[in-house]
Amino acid sequence: MPRSVKKGPFVDEHLARKVRTSLGTDSRRPIKTWSRRSMILPEFVGLTLGVHNGRKFIPVFVTEDMVGHKLGEFSPTRTFYSHAGDKKSRLKGGK
Amino acid sequence: MARIAGVDLPKGKRIEIALTYIYGIGRSTSQRILDEAEVDRNLKSDDLVEGQIAGIRKIIDEKYKVEGDLRRDVSMNIKRLMDLGAYRGLRHRKGLPARGQRTSTNARTRKGPRRSVMGKRKK
Repeated sequence: MPRSVKKGPFVDEHLARKVRTSLGTDSRRPIKTWSRRSMILPEFVGLTLGVHNGRKFIPVFVTEDMVGHKLGEFSPTRTFYSHAGDKKSRLKGGK
Repeated sequence: MARIAGVDLPKGKRIEIALTYIYGIGRSTSQRILDEAEVDRNLKSDDLVEGQIAGIRKIIDEKYKVEGDLRRDVSMNIKRLMDLGAYRGLRHRKGLPARGQRTSTNARTRKGPRRSVMGKRKK
């Protein structure tokens, strides 16, 4: 079930504050944040945010299409791992 | 032989069912269309008169997105997720389930037929 429209989009207050202050200045450094659960607002477009993935801050350049998604969607938390011989065995389909 | 929204024309079925052969129309959409067109749901699709077919066609054209248009919309949405670099897009790229399902076992619909791995045998 989607979130009630009445409440408006959810953004952590500490992040909203950081974004507001950085809009005033024109620093190009990414805004670091742990708030993966915050929704991307139209105001964020053009900013670069460093979204924490549990280990480091992934720089996310916000484009217009991203509005309405959550920050965490753009900062993968899992390392993709595949076995060394995977490509070969997939081609052969060996038993 | 009715031809609505492209190529669809199953004969000898109730019109309520026949309409669901169109991509984007299921049972409830089909029923809503027939109610609006004031066509009996139980008529066979080949027993419809031309006027009824025209009525149904008109409603579908005006109010519903079906077949090619709908398919394009769906693939555009998926493409958007992939271009964005969102998690769901990455999952689509890899052909894995996008909604948090487990993949250790199951997920065969997305992953396709099993690929057996060397040396993965019960002892």
